[in-house]
Amino acid sequence: MMFKLAALLTRPATKYVFILLALLFPLFAANEYQVYVMSLAFVWAIAVYGLNIITGYCGQLNLAHGGFFAIGAYTLGLLTSDYGWSFWPAFVAALLMTAVLGFITGVISLRLKEHYFAIFTLCVGFIIYMLLDKWEELTHGAIGVRDIAAPYGFGVVDFTDSVPFYYLVLAFLIFSIWFISRLSKSLLGRTFIAIRNGDELAQSLGINLMRNKVLAFVLSTTYAGLAGALYAGMVRFIGPEDANILHTFNLITYLLVGGIGTLFGPLVGTLSIVWLTQSLQFLETYKMILFGPLLVLLVIFFPNGLVGSLLLWMRRKAESMGVAKAPKASRVETSNSATGKEAENNA
Amino acid sequence: MNLFFQQIINGMTLGSIYGLVALGLTLVYGILHIPNFAHGALYMVGAFMTYFLMVDIGAHYWVAMAGSAIIVAIVAVLSERLVFHPLRNSPPIHDKIAAIGILLFLEALVQMIWGADFRRISSPYTGILNFDGLIIPEQRLLIIVGAFVLVAALQLFLRKTMTGATIIAMAQNRDGAFLVGIDANRVAMMTFAISGILAAFAATLYAPINLVYPAMGHVVIMKAFVIIILGGMGSIPGAIVGGMIIGFAEAFGGFYISTSYKDIIAFGLLVVILSIRPQGLFTKGAH
Repeated sequence: MMFKLAALLTRPATKYVFILLALLFPLFAANEYQVYVMSLAFVWAIAVYGLNIITGYCGQLNLAHGGFFAIGAYTLGLLTSDYGWSFWPAFVAALLMTAVLGFITGVISLRLKEHYFAIFTLCVGFIIYMLLDKWEELTHGAIGVRDIAAPYGFGVVDFTDSVPFYYLVLAFLIFSIWFISRLSKSLLGRTFIAIRNGDELAQSLGINLMRNKVLAFVLSTTYAGLAGALYAGMVRFIGPEDANILHTFNLITYLLVGGIGTLFGPLVGTLSIVWLTQSLQFLETYKMILFGPLLVLLVIFFPNGLVGSLLLWMRRKAESMGVAKAPKASRVETSNSATGKEAENNA
Repeated sequence: MNLFFQQIINGMTLGSIYGLVALGLTLVYGILHIPNFAHGALYMVGAFMTYFLMVDIGAHYWVAMAGSAIIVAIVAVLSERLVFHPLRNSPPIHDKIAAIGILLFLEALVQMIWGADFRRISSPYTGILNFDGLIIPEQRLLIIVGAFVLVAALQLFLRKTMTGATIIAMAQNRDGAFLVGIDANRVAMMTFAISGILAAFAATLYAPINLVYPAMGHVVIMKAFVIIILGGMGSIPGAIVGGMIIGFAEAFGGFYISTSYKDIIAFGLLVVILSIRPQGLFTKGAH
């Protein structure tokens, strides 16, 4: 029974049901605040998808991700508030800015491996935070940036309302997931996974490590910039605290809860944690007392996260069923074992 | 001349503190190959334990320092037993995430008990020594001397005792150490305990001339990471020299270039050095 339910969830057609549900969500939502929270969750999910490219698929723990999120937000915020740009040109500029800065950071930092890379990016994240806080002529320092433009609706829609904005973010989220699903099936995606599974082995297969890692890094920072720009357009006020290292840790928690290196892990992880913390509002200040041990327990006992564990369980189940009634279940078995193997590779 | 001398004292003070924190970090890295992101939280817990023992219990500064060292050593050993030990065979990314989990937990716990306010610890040594116009505050002298004594004691422990020798053996060659029958669990616990003790001493020495608050570990731990990358991860002399380099760079940079950017200097230095030499300053060969 459980297996059939899970098999239904992993059917390709199911995603259209979820898209439909997401489209109808504003109708079900009890109030506008819930729509707002959902949009915010989608924005975080886009950022987590970016982290998933470099950390999940490519295996490099990037601790500057929140910093690039803030760079995207600040680029959009400063261009629209101080330099009078309208939203969409500034939006494109934010993406370009995070891509270019990501490229520069990537070229330097990806020469380092494993721990060195993680520590280096931790420092990069801190430098971004310090610059946003101290470079007052450019960033207004601790005061933050106000009067950020909302997305321009070309006279058709008004994105200052939360419902149209929700659909805008949803569109970007669906595009992001679609792009990553294409990426993960492509040769490039498999190259990233090969790098994660073993640097030296990948190199001996003729993979150019540096070029692929930098590409993964630039893709991931661009995702962070996209999420940051959307965040700035939504909240309309940003400050140096948006670059706080704690945001990066939050993103890692979302990724880990959902399932690192899986396609739907980032979405599942972000939505479940965001709504969980929403229902535990009273814990807001102390939520890390729960999240810290949660993070530890997850890596010790469920390193695959919700989605990864589900895929792994499906595969085992399919295998045991395949032994029992091989001819009948063969179609299910092969299709699931493919996803299951992927989950195992990801583990 | 006097101002210049003042900067030397400042550099040595900062360098001593950073060196002590980096020493603990580099020891743990040398043994277990874990970059312990939670080490900054141990430093912070050390400062709060001293605060608790001095202000709430009324203990003397030295007693509070010893008590804090014992408590932090226990916390460090517990983190090794409960978290890093079960993860010893996991991919390296898991250790790092688990360490972040410990960091978040300890910080949130301290913030829940003591709040996010800035606090001060008063030291019994508030005087100023005047050597013919050269001024040294007593607490700063205590920090420099204290760090020197601790490093010397650690060296003696590692070189002259059997337990210390097992730690060095395991850092040098893990498999070889197992072959001659060294108990890996015991060495790992011992190393974490030492790193906790060093962090608590550093925090207690530095707290009287600095503030105590839950996020105080962030900057210190990142600088300690910069130091052990500069000095070569796992290298004890590297941590001390690296600590002094960063301490002096900050003292002189903060004085001659800009005070508000002084925290960036260390990280800027790291970025520049790693761009030129990805393997660090004092290490031979690639990692």
